Amino acid sequence: MDSVLTLQTVLSTFDATLRVSTPLILCAMAGLFSERSGIIDISLEGKMLSAAFAAGTLAAVTGSPWVALGGAIVVSVLLGLVHGFACITHRGDQVVSGLAINVLASGLTIVLGIAWFSQGGQTPALASESRFMPLQLPFAETLKGIPGIGPFYESVISGHNLLVYVALLAVPITWWVVYKTRFGLRLRAVGENPLAVDTAGISVSRLRFSAVMIAGALCGIAGAYLAIAQNAAFAREMTAGQGYIALAAMIFGKWRPLPAMLACLMFGFLDAVSIRLQGIELPIVGEVPVQLIQALPYILTVVLLAGFIGRAVAPKAIGVPFSKER
Amino acid sequence: MHEQQITGEGNSLPLAIELKKICKRFGQVQANRDIDLQVQRGTIHGIVGENGAGKSTLMSILYGFYQADSGEILINGQPATIKNSRDAIDAGIGMVHQHFMLVDTFTVLENVLLGAEQSASLDKSEANALEVLEHLSAEYQLSVPLKSITAELPVGQQQRTEILKALYRNAEILILDEPTGVLTPQEADQLFRVLKALKERGVTIILITHKLREIMDITDNVSVLRLGEIVSTHRTADTSTAELAELMVGRKLETQHFHKVDTADGESGIAVNNITVVDDRGLTRLDDVSFEVKRGEIVGIAGVAGNGQSTLLEVLAGIQSPNKGQFVINGHIVDASAPLGPREMREIGVQHVPEDRLRLGLIKSFTAAESSVLGYQNRKVFNWRFFLNIKSIRAACVKLMQAFDVRPPDPKLKSSSFSGGNQQKLILARELDKAPSVLLVGQPTRGVDIGAIELIHQKIVDMRDANCAILLVSVELDEIMTLSDRILVMFEGRIVGTVKGSEADKTTLGLMMANAMDTAA
Repeated sequence: MDSVLTLQTVLSTFDATLRVSTPLILCAMAGLFSERSGIIDISLEGKMLSAAFAAGTLAAVTGSPWVALGGAIVVSVLLGLVHGFACITHRGDQVVSGLAINVLASGLTIVLGIAWFSQGGQTPALASESRFMPLQLPFAETLKGIPGIGPFYESVISGHNLLVYVALLAVPITWWVVYKTRFGLRLRAVGENPLAVDTAGISVSRLRFSAVMIAGALCGIAGAYLAIAQNAAFAREMTAGQGYIALAAMIFGKWRPLPAMLACLMFGFLDAVSIRLQGIELPIVGEVPVQLIQALPYILTVVLLAGFIGRAVAPKAIGVPFSKER
Repeated sequence: MHEQQITGEGNSLPLAIELKKICKRFGQVQANRDIDLQVQRGTIHGIVGENGAGKSTLMSILYGFYQADSGEILINGQPATIKNSRDAIDAGIGMVHQHFMLVDTFTVLENVLLGAEQSASLDKSEANALEVLEHLSAEYQLSVPLKSITAELPVGQQQRTEILKALYRNAEILILDEPTGVLTPQEADQLFRVLKALKERGVTIILITHKLREIMDITDNVSVLRLGEIVSTHRTADTSTAELAELMVGRKLETQHFHKVDTADGESGIAVNNITVVDDRGLTRLDDVSFEVKRGEIVGIAGVAGNGQSTLLEVLAGIQSPNKGQFVINGHIVDASAPLGPREMREIGVQHVPEDRLRLGLIKSFTAAESSVLGYQNRKVFNWRFFLNIKSIRAACVKLMQAFDVRPPDPKLKSSSFSGGNQQKLILARELDKAPSVLLVGQPTRGVDIGAIELIHQKIVDMRDANCAILLVSVELDEIMTLSDRILVMFEGRIVGTVKGSEADKTTLGLMMANAMDTAA
């Protein structure tokens, strides 16, 4: 019997953590842009699912992962614009609009998938040249021998596909944009007090539309990752609630990029551990039922959000449509 | 037609703003009708008028919130089209709104920068701005801690942030909307010194206010708006508060004088003993407060908004429970360990006219009749067995409306369709009608027209003369001084002074409100 805690299993659990956290991190950053601008975004899920479908389809048809990635981003940005049109232009209810997008995405991807490919909602399996494949970072082989850092670098840091690194880069970039640029200042302001932004001579709608479009683009990358990087095809409902978990992580991180990423990594870690724990005897408790382990990330989402978040101060104007009339 | 009064002296200063025949209509309401206004460069021009007279609409048109239906705007002699705030800023107009347009979580510096950043990089913009701002604050004595979080600053400094914001955008015309409503008298004086310094450097200032004394003190010219029209424009030196008040209301007003009573050995109505309230964030809102209100006495609480007055009212009304201490009302002891809710407080004879009438006083989407029974909806007369007795509710409402001159006297109208003054009269009518023995009144005339203030004050004094114990909270020092038999001053949750109503003077009270008695003495 394996011990649960060999160096190799620990490293590969961290490795898996990064892989499952990637779409969470991208979506959390997407949600951060949207919500910092005052627009609640529960449609992360739907945008990511639609993007995954678009990526799977385009990769199968064209064979190019780049075309697929571009298409995924376009589809997701378009859905973001729909959300914006409903919530910003027409001051609709942001939760209802987001929910509508999620329902639409869930149904439409299956219907189109069956109509186009007749594989029960799946897109055709992809060859490796139409996917984003793992990259070997420089010196991974050379450094492998160095105790400690070497194996960590070789098996955790190196060997992921491009989009994983994009996700990790998205976090400092988000931080920089939000806290260090003019756009970021305005973004934070419009989520707190849109009237102040308006009287400062800046268009509230334009700012919020930019924010939902950025959110769309990031969700697009997340969707593409699911369909053509982590997996080799789109499968129906393949997002499996990860959009919501990302949203929870973002709130858990109090609308700040670095804490949000850490929350994503924690959810990802739990997910990775749950896979590893299946069928293994634990001391004292014995074998834990698979279902319980699989439910762990979801249970933890609820528990953390309900109990441990403390004073989460959301952007003050979140969810409130902007109207000039006083 | 009035301009000759201004330019009569022959010194034809160039005009900063000229409005010609501005009209604006909202549905049935003509908010502005044929407004002609000329403001000379480098002067302070006052605009007075009752609520709903169209002052705010006019300024909103000038600042690009609304667009006029017809008419012309000239800035420095050039026709200007102002479609949004950006156009206004570009035309050199800055505005300090009554409710500040600041982002609470931002630093002062970030608030000033917002929308006027000179570079895409924030650090660079901040570095540029710091220099300019230090220069500006020195020149106009507008010192504000630039790196502090805005929400943590006193309102006076938040207001200075707004002025800095306008100056940073090179505003040559500054509009201030009711700037002194939230300030202590000393802070207001300081503001006026800043305005005078600005004027000396050629900035044109438009001051919107309903406080006529301020108009007399600081403006060069003054225009009076009534029912959407400009009824007069004068050189301030040629007019008087009495004349302006009459022009605003459209009829003669008598200054109110109420006799003060001394009830030192009267029967106790409210006795508060060592009440302490700590809020969710751990801030002490009320700090060991004790005082007494006798039957047949009005006790006024003076203080700058946010020094615990609101909490005090809420505690006595049963909305919030104290952490420590007790109070006795009509012989009922209410202890921190066994607090009573609002309904029980009503049952022991406490009526409450809340400070924020739209939040706690009535429900905007309800009809006047429904709002007029809020809190009393369980009374038998208003109910059938299962349903409300709308007929009796309406009849009762009509009676209240007549007694308090609520206009229009239509119980079926939505609460939100009434003007602020009439909403307030309806709430007062509801509470006073129940013949209270203890009355809590918060900001009875906030946003209420001069005409209606008379009636509201009279009704409150009538209640006192009917042997009611009245606790009055108001940020209007004049109001406190007019009505109170005794004045308590609150500062940071403590009572820092007591003055007899007959002996009160504004300077002393102002110093107490800023807790600066010792340093001044």
